[in-house]
Amino acid sequence: MPADIAISRPREAGRRGRLADQAFRALTLLFAVLILLIVGGIIVVLAVGAAPALRQFGWGFIGTETWNPVTNRFGALAAIYGTLATSAIAMLIGIPLAFGIAMFLTELCPRWLRRPLAVMVDLLAAIPSIIYGIWGLFVFAPFVQRYIEPALIGSLGHVPLLGALFQGPPLGIGVLTAGFILAIMVLPFICAIMREVFETVPAVLKESAYALGTTTTETVWQVVLPYTRIGVVGGILLGLGRALGETMAVTFVIGNSHHIHASLLQPGTTISAALANEFNEASGDLYLSSLIALGLILFVITFIVLATAKLLLIRLEQRAGG
Amino acid sequence: MRGRLLAALVAVGLSTPAQAVTITGAGATFPYPLYAKWAEAYHAITGIGINYQSIGSGGGIRQINTGTVDFGASDMPLKPGILRKDGLVQWPQVMGGIVVVVNLRGIAPGQLRLDGATLAGMYLGRLKQWDDPAIKKLNPGIVLPDLAIATVHRADGSGTTFTFTHYLSEVDPEFRAKIGESTAVAFPGGLGGKGNEGVAALVARTDGAIGYVEYAFALQNRMTYTLLRNAAGRFVSPGADTFQAAAAHADWTEAPGFYLLLTNEPGRDSWPITSATFILLHRHQPDPEKTREILSFFDWAYHHGDAIAERLGYVPMPPEVTGLVEEMWQQKIVGPEGRPVWHRGGP
Repeated sequence: MPADIAISRPREAGRRGRLADQAFRALTLLFAVLILLIVGGIIVVLAVGAAPALRQFGWGFIGTETWNPVTNRFGALAAIYGTLATSAIAMLIGIPLAFGIAMFLTELCPRWLRRPLAVMVDLLAAIPSIIYGIWGLFVFAPFVQRYIEPALIGSLGHVPLLGALFQGPPLGIGVLTAGFILAIMVLPFICAIMREVFETVPAVLKESAYALGTTTTETVWQVVLPYTRIGVVGGILLGLGRALGETMAVTFVIGNSHHIHASLLQPGTTISAALANEFNEASGDLYLSSLIALGLILFVITFIVLATAKLLLIRLEQRAGG
Repeated sequence: MRGRLLAALVAVGLSTPAQAVTITGAGATFPYPLYAKWAEAYHAITGIGINYQSIGSGGGIRQINTGTVDFGASDMPLKPGILRKDGLVQWPQVMGGIVVVVNLRGIAPGQLRLDGATLAGMYLGRLKQWDDPAIKKLNPGIVLPDLAIATVHRADGSGTTFTFTHYLSEVDPEFRAKIGESTAVAFPGGLGGKGNEGVAALVARTDGAIGYVEYAFALQNRMTYTLLRNAAGRFVSPGADTFQAAAAHADWTEAPGFYLLLTNEPGRDSWPITSATFILLHRHQPDPEKTREILSFFDWAYHHGDAIAERLGYVPMPPEVTGLVEEMWQQKIVGPEGRPVWHRGGP
C-alpha cells in the first residue's frame, strides 16, 4: 500500500515517492504496450506481405504440395507437413527421455552424480543450433545412413502400414534425422522445467505415500505427476514451441525438398528451413509473397499451439481445483 | 628528393578526403570472392572503397531496382525487355564454369564420364541406380556400384542453378518440359543444400551422391569432378582452358543487352556448362562524378584484374568483349542532362 508508506514519511519524500511510483507505472505500462505494438506490427506486416500470394492461391495455398518457382505455383502443404512431422518426432523421442532424466535426477540419482548430470543436460541447451546442424550433417547423418536407417528398413519396413514410414534408399538426410536432432535440442528445455517442478513436490507428500507402502513407480505416477502436471505440460509446450521454429539445425539435415513422402527417411522441408534457404534469392513478387505467407502460417501454428496450451492448463487447473 | 616526397605526401593527404568515396554493390554470391579481392586491390591503389554484399542474384536485382545500391550483380542475365522496362543496363564482368561432382567410392576426379542426357535423367529421377545401362555405356572401363543415385541441388535460389538447369533444358526436352530453367526450380526429388558449401557438404558425406558446384569451389575442396560430353561429342575436363574455349565461341556482338548464356557452346574443347556473371546499373545516373568512379572500377578490373581472376579459377572476359561493353557504357549510360557519362579510353 503506497499510501500507508507515504504517511509514515516526511511530506516531501512522500510526494517524490508518489511521483516515482507513477513514473514507474507509466514506464512499465509503456513496455507492456510496446510488446502489443510489436506483435501487432508483425501480424500486420506478415498479412500485408502475404496478401498477394493468398489472393492468388486462396485456401489452396495451404492445401497444395506444389512449390514451383518456374511456373509460379506455390503451396505450403509440404512445408507445413515437414514442420509438424519433425516436431512430432522430436516430441515422441524428447518427452519420454526428458521425463526419465528429470525423474532420475530428482528421485533416484545418487547425490554425487546429481550435479554433474544436471549440468551436462543444461549444457545441451547452451549449444548454438548451428553447431547441432553441423554435427548433424557431418557426424550424425552418416551414422544414420549407415546403421540406423538400414536397420529400420530391414525391421520396421516390413510391418504392414507402419512400414510405409520406413521405405526408400537410406540417405541419412531427411525428416527422421531432423526429428532426431530436434529431439536432442528440445530435451534440455523440457528436462530443466520438469526437474524444477518435480522438486516442488513437498517431501511430506512423497513420504506419506511411501508410508502407505507405495513403490517408487507408484509414487511417481500417483503423487509426483498429478502434483506437477501443469508444470510438466508447460515444459513440453515450451519444447514444442522451440521445435516448431527451429531453423538452422533442421536446414542442415532435412534435405530441403518441397515434397511430401510417406517415408520418414526421405527429404522434406519445414517452414523455417524454406524461409532461411529461399528468402534471399527469391525472384519475383509472388515467390516472395508466398514465402511471407509461409511465415504467417508458422505464426498461426505457433499461436494455435500456445492457445491450446493455455486452454489445457486452465482446464487442468479447474479439474485440480474442483 | 625529400621535397618531392613531401609534396607527394601532401597531395595524398589532400586528395584522400575528396576521394573517400565508397561504392556499394550487392548481388550474386558466385563472383563474391573475386569482387572482394578486386575491391581490396583497387582500394590499395586509389583509396576508393567498394562495399560488395553477396546477398544472391535475386537480392541484387531487387536492390538495384529499389535504388539502395550503386550497382547490382546477377549470375542470371536479365532479358533485354526487362532491362528496358526497368531502365537498366547490364554487362558480363567475368566468366566461370559449373562442374559436376560425385561421391562414389573408388572413382577418382576426372574418371567418370557423363553427358547431358544422363545428367538430366538423374535429376528427373529417370535414372535411379549408378549401375544403370545408360551410365555404364559411357563408362566401359569402370565398375559402377549397385547404389541409389542421390541428386543434390541448391536449396536457395542461385545463378548456379539457373545455368545448370538452362544447360539441361537445352540438351534434354523432357527436362525442359517438366522442370525448366530458373534460379530455383522444383526438382522432383533429391537433397537440397544451402549455397555451394551446402551442396559440397551433402555430396561429400552421402554415398552415391551427385551435385553441381561452381568450379573454384570444387577446386578448393578437391572434390571428385566428372568429365562431360560437349556439343562436339568429346569428353572434356573442367578448367580454365575449356571454359575459355567455350567463351571463345560466344558471339557477344549478336547479343542485345549482352543477354547471352554460354552453355553447350560448339567447339572441340568447350566446357558445356560455362557462364558469365553480370553487373547491373541504372541507365540514368543523377551523379556523373560517382558514376565515373563506379565505371572506373569495372574498367580497372577489365584491364588489370585478370591475374587475380585467374588465380581464383575465374576466366577473364576477352578484350573484344570488354571493348563492346565500354562502347555500350558510352552510348547508354547518361547523366542528368542526357549527356554520356563515360568516354572510351578513360573517364
